[in-house]
Amino acid sequence: MAIVRTQDLLDHFNFKLVAGKDGLHRGIIESDISRPGIEMTGYFKFYPKERLQLIGKTEMAYFLDLPIEQQMERAHQLCTDVTPGIIISRGMEVPEPIITAANRSGVPVLQSKRKTTRVISRLTNYLETKFAPSTAIHGVLVDIYGVGVLITGQSGIGKSETALELVKRGHQLVADDSVEIRQADYDTLIGNPPPLIEYLLEIRGLGIINVMTLFGAGSVRKFKKISFIANLEQWDETKQYDRLGIEHQKMKIMDVHLPLVTIPVRPGRNLAVIIEVAAMNYRLKQMGLNAAKEFTDRLANVIEEKGRENME
Amino acid sequence: MISLVEKEVKIELETGLQARPAAQFVQEANRYSSHLFLEKDGKKINAKSIMGLMSLAITHGETVKLIADGPDEETALNDLVQFVTNK
Repeated sequence: MAIVRTQDLLDHFNFKLVAGKDGLHRGIIESDISRPGIEMTGYFKFYPKERLQLIGKTEMAYFLDLPIEQQMERAHQLCTDVTPGIIISRGMEVPEPIITAANRSGVPVLQSKRKTTRVISRLTNYLETKFAPSTAIHGVLVDIYGVGVLITGQSGIGKSETALELVKRGHQLVADDSVEIRQADYDTLIGNPPPLIEYLLEIRGLGIINVMTLFGAGSVRKFKKISFIANLEQWDETKQYDRLGIEHQKMKIMDVHLPLVTIPVRPGRNLAVIIEVAAMNYRLKQMGLNAAKEFTDRLANVIEEKGRENME
Repeated sequence: MISLVEKEVKIELETGLQARPAAQFVQEANRYSSHLFLEKDGKKINAKSIMGLMSLAITHGETVKLIADGPDEETALNDLVQFVTNK
């Protein structure tokens, strides 16, 4: 799992470091953010000290109303040796007791100009993305008409060649050969290339080519949500392939079940066109049009009607 | 039941797996019909794919896990281990 340090927040957001510079290397282990309102009153029994603490207008107003000795005591209790940071929203001035306590125990105090709710949602988004479970898969990820298609299959079956043809047809390459996938939500998988091989494609006989410089900035993407998987496999005479398109196969990656199309490979089959059409068909289904189902329904109706006529 | 063989190895190749050695490694791997994988820091890639291998930027002295699964897994694994431990 990725480790997020307080320094990362400082780099990523427009925060200002006010105190506790020594603790910038502290690790954040949870995406939950605590608003220490009840703690300000002196109740520290359930203080989630390992979380980021966010002090908004209410907490601050209450804190400032406390007598100075209590301010010092509470500030000291807030700044534990594991607290990754305290964030003050709305660009509020940080009271002296907090600065002193933070400097003493090395808890970074960060000041944000934004409103509390804004800060919470942006921080949560950022942390959830960082903490999302991830994996790497052998395959090629392309964006076809806005549909993220993960092409999988044995080494040498022609995944990269198919991707090249798809790029030629105006679609976008996301990752070749190795796709890093993170689960952004309970039903969403986002794929991106490992940074080292971004924009690159390996074609047997040509070697490594740079798709971005060859085909332009419009031919690549940095990441894409995966909508379905197209698995290429050697044509197996003994195996039954879907002829109608009414059976739905699924493949599980982490906790997400993705639709799977198995495409048998044989000389003379233009894989790029087939996958392109599969993507268009997927879009059509999303819009509520299912050619295979409509046809089977129509066929069933005709047969039923004929049967009834014959009975009469 | 899963029957596969795996082994943790330290990379002895002086230069690490730079482009050329990586290409040779993949060529080696492609001689076998078994499924071959290489794992580093929890990232598992297909050992027959050069891009995947290069994306890991494996350097001298690092430890990786080699995994083989298939009819010729034993020889494939030994061969690949030999390759990366050769100075």
